[in-house]
Amino acid sequence: MQKSLVIDADKCTGCLQCEMACSVHAEGVFNPSKSRIKTFPFHDEGIFVPYTCTQCDEAWCLHACPVEAIQLNRETGAKEVINDLCVGCKVCTISCPFGTINYNADSGKVIKCDLCGGDPECAKACPTSAITYVDANWTGYDKMKQYAAKAIPGQPAS
Amino acid sequence: MHHVIIGAGPAGVVAAESLRKADSSAKITILGKESEPPYSRMAIPYKLKGKIEEEGMYLRHDPEHFKALDIDVRQCNVDKINPESKTLELSDGSQQSYDKLLIATGATPLTPPVEGMELPGVHKSWTMDDMRGIESLATKGAKVVQIGAGFIACTNMEGIVARGVDLTIVEMEDRMVPRMMDEIAGNMIKDWCISQGVNVLTNGMVTSIKESTNSASRYQVTVKQKGASSVAEPVAEEKEGGGFFGAIKKALFGGEPEVVAARASEEITLDADLVIVATGVRANIGFLEGTGISVDQGILINERMETSVADIYAAGDCAQGKDFSTGEQEVHAIQPVAVEHGRFAAQNMLGRSVENPGSLNMNVLDAVGLISCSYGLWMGVEGGDSVKVVEKDLWRYLNLQFDGDVLVGTTAIGVAQHMGAMRGLIQMRANLGEWKAILMEEPARIMEAYLALTQSAVIK
Repeated sequence: MQKSLVIDADKCTGCLQCEMACSVHAEGVFNPSKSRIKTFPFHDEGIFVPYTCTQCDEAWCLHACPVEAIQLNRETGAKEVINDLCVGCKVCTISCPFGTINYNADSGKVIKCDLCGGDPECAKACPTSAITYVDANWTGYDKMKQYAAKAIPGQPAS
Repeated sequence: MHHVIIGAGPAGVVAAESLRKADSSAKITILGKESEPPYSRMAIPYKLKGKIEEEGMYLRHDPEHFKALDIDVRQCNVDKINPESKTLELSDGSQQSYDKLLIATGATPLTPPVEGMELPGVHKSWTMDDMRGIESLATKGAKVVQIGAGFIACTNMEGIVARGVDLTIVEMEDRMVPRMMDEIAGNMIKDWCISQGVNVLTNGMVTSIKESTNSASRYQVTVKQKGASSVAEPVAEEKEGGGFFGAIKKALFGGEPEVVAARASEEITLDADLVIVATGVRANIGFLEGTGISVDQGILINERMETSVADIYAAGDCAQGKDFSTGEQEVHAIQPVAVEHGRFAAQNMLGRSVENPGSLNMNVLDAVGLISCSYGLWMGVEGGDSVKVVEKDLWRYLNLQFDGDVLVGTTAIGVAQHMGAMRGLIQMRANLGEWKAILMEEPARIMEAYLALTQSAVIK
């Protein structure tokens, strides 16, 4: 059974532990700007929205890559950047209509959520269970995906 | 069923793979011109930079990839298509029949009408062979002149500069990347490049390349550059009407203020060991003459990627298909569109009617470290609102273009995070509602607007 990151913004306190955990796991530094998950504050509403890749079926990033540097991990369902292959052309960063794959100028490669290979640090670090890693068929995940899918008309199967 | 694909670039390869995924028994053949395995032209700058080896440019890395999918990739040139007999005439004299044909022949770089284009140190920057030619000459300290500052030229710059050459770029227009960047953005990129040690001559036209008469370099490149005084004074124009001055200029000069008052051009001579020609590309459609396939700038295709001739489809750089923003047929010679085209073409070749809602024009550029992107109607629409924030000291620029309360185009410089959300917002065609006014005030809050609109159930 594949699992998915499910985000419940109502529970988020904006503590940014997820960003810290992500950055230290992925880059070895406590630097939220290196995190693959971002928490956006909405000051007027007083809420925080953690946001990261939903590992969407369309896989815009994967298809747009000209050198096969983004590949599907069949075990986790994550679309992963293969660092040795990424040339840093950034085409994926403009192709992903969710804005969840970004260029890291320090490494010259792109970065995105890879579900930490199946044990995501953000979910473990979240003190309020705003981020959980649960069975993909949990209904809330479908809802989250629908928001994402609203984003743009679908592409045909490849 | 035999699907034949002409062209081994991203459009052709993705189409072949999509066909195979849906139909395990069809015969699939890709006919490619070049001797290498299918590779990505986009990766050339990164090979020049030394970031990857040639194998790193390949579209697929498993040497058995195409064999495993039972896709026959053959090297040969197609001279002619005979739609009546559904056959292709190949350059080796043989014939190839097809049931469904996909033309994905890509584009070819233009050769400007300049004396000396045939000299051995003058290279295009398009094929693997071109890349090898550049590599052999772009050595540390070499004097390099690049003609053109368009998208491909600017992307290339990264690779060439990294080799430690002394680079001069000559561009005919008044700014860099004129076809994807407005005046502010194009000039900011120019200033950046100059600050990084690249010599940039805009309003310049190369008139000849000749063997050098001195020992300083191999060639001498003559450039005619319009002096600063020959260019109309910049006027603080409103985008749409051009304001009062724009109206006067239009009345006086017929709406072409940039080219008025052309005084004597200055002639400059540049030393060069290598000249790179990157002055745009043209769709490879010459061989279609007499087939009845309708062409304009590219092969005209409908939403199902069909050409005007039955059972013949087109995709990628050679195709002129529906533009998302305008609904008109446009050539979008970019990687993401090539892939989209390939996927749509495959579905329709399989007999499923799947319509392409239109391809969004988009580009991302890394001009020696300054990252920029543009989407859709970045030049704006008539009667639409726009907001532009220029932060020169920070090398940052953001331009949002609206049609009513719908975002239709953007330009961004120095915005490295979440650029893709701009695509999302544009392609959703979402009514921004109250966010329109917020963005007009604070365009940098675009990611918030995106989240508010896509995750509204979460936020409100």
